[in-house]
Amino acid sequence: MAEVKLTNVVKRYGSVEVVHGIDLEIAHNEFVVLVGPSGCGKSTTLRMIAGLEEISDGEIKIGETVVNNLPPRKRNISMVFQNYALYPHMTVSENLGFSLKIAGKSGAEISAAVANAAEILGLGDLLERTPAELSGGQRQRVAMGRAIVRHPDVFLFDEPLSNLDAKLRTQMRVEIKKLHQKIKTTIVYVTHDQVEAMTLADRIVIMKDGHIVQVGTPLDVFERPVDTFVAAFIGSPPMNLINGHIEADHVVFSDGNRLPVPPDFTGKLADGRQVVFGFRADVLMPKGHTLAESGVVTDLDLKIDFAEPLGSESILLSTLGGKEIQARMHNPRPVNEGEVLTCELHLEKCHIFDASSTKNLRE
Amino acid sequence: MPTRTKTVLIWLLTFTVMLIICMPGLWIILSAFRTNGEILTKPAIWIPQNLTLDNFRAIFGFGENVIGVPVSSYFRNSLVISVTSTFLALLIGMTGGYAFARYQFPGKSSTFLWLMLSRTVPGIALSLPIFIIWSRLGIIDTKFGVILVYTAINVPFTVWLTEGFFRQVPNDLNEAAQIDGCTRWQAFWKIEFPLAKSGIASAGIFAFLTSWNEYALASQLTRSTDSKTLPVGLMDFTAQFTIDWAGMCAMAVIIIIPALILTFLVQKHLIAGLTFGGVKG
Ligand SMILES: Nc1ncnc2c1ncn2[C@@H]1O[C@H](COP(=O)(O)OP(=O)(O)O)[C@@H](O)[C@H]1O
Ligand SMILES: [Mg+2]
Repeated sequence: MAEVKLTNVVKRYGSVEVVHGIDLEIAHNEFVVLVGPSGCGKSTTLRMIAGLEEISDGEIKIGETVVNNLPPRKRNISMVFQNYALYPHMTVSENLGFSLKIAGKSGAEISAAVANAAEILGLGDLLERTPAELSGGQRQRVAMGRAIVRHPDVFLFDEPLSNLDAKLRTQMRVEIKKLHQKIKTTIVYVTHDQVEAMTLADRIVIMKDGHIVQVGTPLDVFERPVDTFVAAFIGSPPMNLINGHIEADHVVFSDGNRLPVPPDFTGKLADGRQVVFGFRADVLMPKGHTLAESGVVTDLDLKIDFAEPLGSESILLSTLGGKEIQARMHNPRPVNEGEVLTCELHLEKCHIFDASSTKNLRE
Repeated sequence: MPTRTKTVLIWLLTFTVMLIICMPGLWIILSAFRTNGEILTKPAIWIPQNLTLDNFRAIFGFGENVIGVPVSSYFRNSLVISVTSTFLALLIGMTGGYAFARYQFPGKSSTFLWLMLSRTVPGIALSLPIFIIWSRLGIIDTKFGVILVYTAINVPFTVWLTEGFFRQVPNDLNEAAQIDGCTRWQAFWKIEFPLAKSGIASAGIFAFLTSWNEYALASQLTRSTDSKTLPVGLMDFTAQFTIDWAGMCAMAVIIIIPALILTFLVQKHLIAGLTFGGVKG
């Protein structure tokens, strides 16, 4: 059980730098998810924590120990790989007990620990099978079992669910969350799936091109994205982002539509400034189909291009400022293509980003 | 064509081809149990009249006509040379194959290519240079000299075969093992080696058979009873004007038997090795 601290960690492959000096502190027992598009350096970062990749610069601490030059076996970590990496020539119980056997534990100790892990993960009936005789979900569980038998200080997961079908993925996600509640260990979890990140994490670390863009609780990053990248990456559907410029405390879009700036920006933005106006589908709702919410609201007439009924709500697609935007309709009724609906936009929940730096101007 | 007829035809064809391929071998085995007289009769006697173990008795020194070929020394030499060179070739080749499969280093692909190209040189073309160098070094007519040559011949093939097998073992596994507490070395022996062992076993048998059967180079490099191998020893049955065909065939059978036994023992691995059906999961 331990904290993990990354200080200015750099990774270069030859002359190519793929991780550019990241700083990150992970608290004891915290569940941290590294999320970002493919190729942004998540796995590399995780593998540096594991000791499978050398770090080119900086410092990694696990607990009180600087682990920069320690091999993986001396870091007291365990890892679940994307392809499970179960040992094909060993049975499930041998797979589970392998680390303890290497550590020179007695047979009795090993079988007790294996039985315990099997119990936690519901692997009881599978102990004598080989990995080839298991389904994807079972292999996944064995991989997690192998990771927990040793009571590591830190658990590392690299996209553990990406090889499972959608249904199983949702199920295993819940199991991982439960597992964390049960065994209380620091977890660093890598995924490219923002839904996984949002549902699992205590704190989300959003990465892009080898940099950390934002760190925060799921709610933080959802409600206060630091830039348009995070705004577009987190949340489903992604945030509506429309380019425009400021004119007398209004944002004017290329199609001539204009919206007032959120109340806390009134009088703060110079005329002519290029900005990106951002809001989530959740804060744009047709009149009469809103969730009761008070606040500063502006009305907006939208021609609906298309409606996606999802049952208890519909997602409405329309166009504003030359961009496709999405609105959310609660207690939906059928909507015709081309129908014009008056929608309410909750201005306090809207964001203004600088057009060139893409930074959220509220931060 | 009905499948039945097709099956029969395929069997017939296979049988004929196999018969043609195996004929010389079968003839040798048959001749090993016949007398020189019967072997040399013209027209040939196809169905043996009286089979005898005399040829073997002669080789092993029982019976009335003892022949002067020190088969047991040759056998021992062959065994020592083949086993040692196979062991060395496996050790070196496996290490090399592992390195080629797991590590990136400058000049990797060209090194690999050159290693494989060395196989295109016919061994006999090297016999003169090797002979000259070996005689300068004073290792002509020693087992050590032959072992050295055979090891060198076998290493490229062993590298190639084991490289393929190690590449099939996902690197994740060795990383998982390291995280589970293994050193790099332990990860190799406990995880990667067992998973690649089919490949290693087949590389081993190929190396052994190459060494066991090699004639051309050994005939140049060995002279005395202390270093001559079985295939070279076969020539002892040729005198200036006569050839003892029956004795030669009997000895050929003796040469074949260990190779045959070994092949059957590792048959399972050999098939996996040849089909590259190695590791899954
Ligand atoms: N062994 C390597 N050699 C060179 N470049 C690498 C190597 N491994 C990863 N990279 C590069 O580093 C970047 C980050 O990779 P990775 O950490 O695997 O991304 P992801 O966020 O998808 O897990 C990628 O651009 C990748 O091409
Ligand atoms: Mg990755």
